[in-house]
Amino acid sequence: MGMTMTEKILARASGRDSVRPGDLILAKVDFAMGHDLTIPPAGKIMREQMGAEKIWDPDRVAVTQDHFQPAKDAASATLGRLTREFSHQMGVKWYFEVGQGGICHTVLPENGLVLPGELVVGADSHSCTYGALNNFATGIGSTDLACVMALGELWFRVPETLKFVYHNRLQEWVEAKNLILHVIGKIGVDGARSKAMEHVGEALKTIDMEARLTITNMAIEAGAKNGILEFDDVTREYLEARAKRPYTPVSSDPDAEYEKVFEFDAAAVELGVAKPMSPDNYAPLSEVVGTRLDQVFIGSCTNSRITDLRRAAAVLEGHKVAPGVRLIITPSSHQVAIQAEKEGLIGIFLAAGAAWTTATCGACLGGHMGVLGEGEVCLSTTNRNFPGRMGHPKAMVYLSNPAVAAASAVTGVITHPGEVLKKMPAGIA
Amino acid sequence: MTLPKVVRGRAWKFGANIDTDQIIPAKYAIYSLDEKELGKHAMEGVPGREGWAAQVSPGDILVAASNFGCGSSREIAPVAIRGAGISLVIADSYARIFFRNAINMGYPILQSPQGAEAIDEGDELEVDLEQGVIRNFTKGDEYRSEAFPKFMNELLHMGGLVPWVRKRLEERRVAAGR
Repeated sequence: MGMTMTEKILARASGRDSVRPGDLILAKVDFAMGHDLTIPPAGKIMREQMGAEKIWDPDRVAVTQDHFQPAKDAASATLGRLTREFSHQMGVKWYFEVGQGGICHTVLPENGLVLPGELVVGADSHSCTYGALNNFATGIGSTDLACVMALGELWFRVPETLKFVYHNRLQEWVEAKNLILHVIGKIGVDGARSKAMEHVGEALKTIDMEARLTITNMAIEAGAKNGILEFDDVTREYLEARAKRPYTPVSSDPDAEYEKVFEFDAAAVELGVAKPMSPDNYAPLSEVVGTRLDQVFIGSCTNSRITDLRRAAAVLEGHKVAPGVRLIITPSSHQVAIQAEKEGLIGIFLAAGAAWTTATCGACLGGHMGVLGEGEVCLSTTNRNFPGRMGHPKAMVYLSNPAVAAASAVTGVITHPGEVLKKMPAGIA
Repeated sequence: MTLPKVVRGRAWKFGANIDTDQIIPAKYAIYSLDEKELGKHAMEGVPGREGWAAQVSPGDILVAASNFGCGSSREIAPVAIRGAGISLVIADSYARIFFRNAINMGYPILQSPQGAEAIDEGDELEVDLEQGVIRNFTKGDEYRSEAFPKFMNELLHMGGLVPWVRKRLEERRVAAGR
């Protein structure tokens, strides 16, 4: 019997010829990640409770200062300091200081640290993002991370795999974000609970790596263990100048077993947003056009890489943010910020009246730099809109792609980007 | 810390898809190393449950519908619930990272669709953790819970991943002749 990509990676990492869904395995980890909210407890558990003095392989651990950094208050400064000290004492090779890294899920791929065929874990739920690069990547807790740092291995239950096949191509203005929100809308926030989401098909061949990362990023919003894509020329090119280690891609066997296969016509996916208060509440834009907004946020590990900022800038160029609305733009990494500066995007944002911030998770999780108050309405390019995610439990969050976000900031109400920009320039769309 | 054999307490009932931002809003992540402080804010993000933690009596039991603990990977979600004095969580189903975190902490959770459906807020419960049986004194009912795979059960009963890692590190030290 054949295996899926996910099963092949888990079999290799656990030293077995094959694994089946439901198997409990002990697997070697190829790369691990933690950040300023998860390293302090993980480090404490590892050293004080587990009694480990060092981490298993300092070359295979990355630590970012991204969630509440630059420190939003004295308590977060302490978490930042504990994160910094632990990384230094353990000799973590891939430590990213404030102003030099950014959001973990952008930083790791752009530095070529998470590679095809690998088993990657991160003490953050959106660690599933890395699967766009043809690896098994999943989010874990702090005790899990402590175990990985101490031993280099962790227990897993081999997931059933759900296969998602996307035919045709996305229509004009419809982005990867809309595709994955559409899928989550169909299957629900627990539609892939504890399972692997394998994404394949023609529609994915024609989108770039950054758009693919948006798709796997939101696997957790369907409850999935991991999201994974096939290896192809786009993957190879993305990794060419980046990969820090040799790697071996994986592919699913033709006779691999899937718990279920879902077929989607990408051309039929409508431009839309996920309405409050759940990511599976996807609705066509026509249903919400005109909704009054207090804040627009373009940021997060989901939709704030350079291609996202280019689309936002194309819409915003020559326009002003509407009175009564604030637009906050947070690049997802320092490298993204440098590139945005080179391309003149920051000038466009500032001229439009946007608040441009340093790279951080920031407003996405209601941390800082854009926390919502009671009753406020926000259109956001982020990944979650459960009650209280971005601040007050009675704040309302709509999830969208960056072009819709930019257009809506210009008008102050939810708006189709075609109302502000006739056509997305070639090479950006 | 190993699991108690029997837990008794009053039920607090929650709905489906309660995510980690509702269990412990991210702003309290600054207290990541302070279980008591986290406990004061447990479930604070659930609309209508502001101030809930102050009403919990030690030993009370949290009962929820499906996909409990979805969203973020923050281990402070089960930590906050434990910190609030909740002795056990019963749910129809769990989101995977919450589930892992609880098992890794050696914190008792049960999956019982039957119990999650039938139990009402305020019901007096007694749970036999070895048998996985939930007795509802208020209603005079009894519910089964689903058995976990052997390895997870072992982890849970030995007190979680910490003692397991300690044992494994020791084995490695012995193998390395130290």
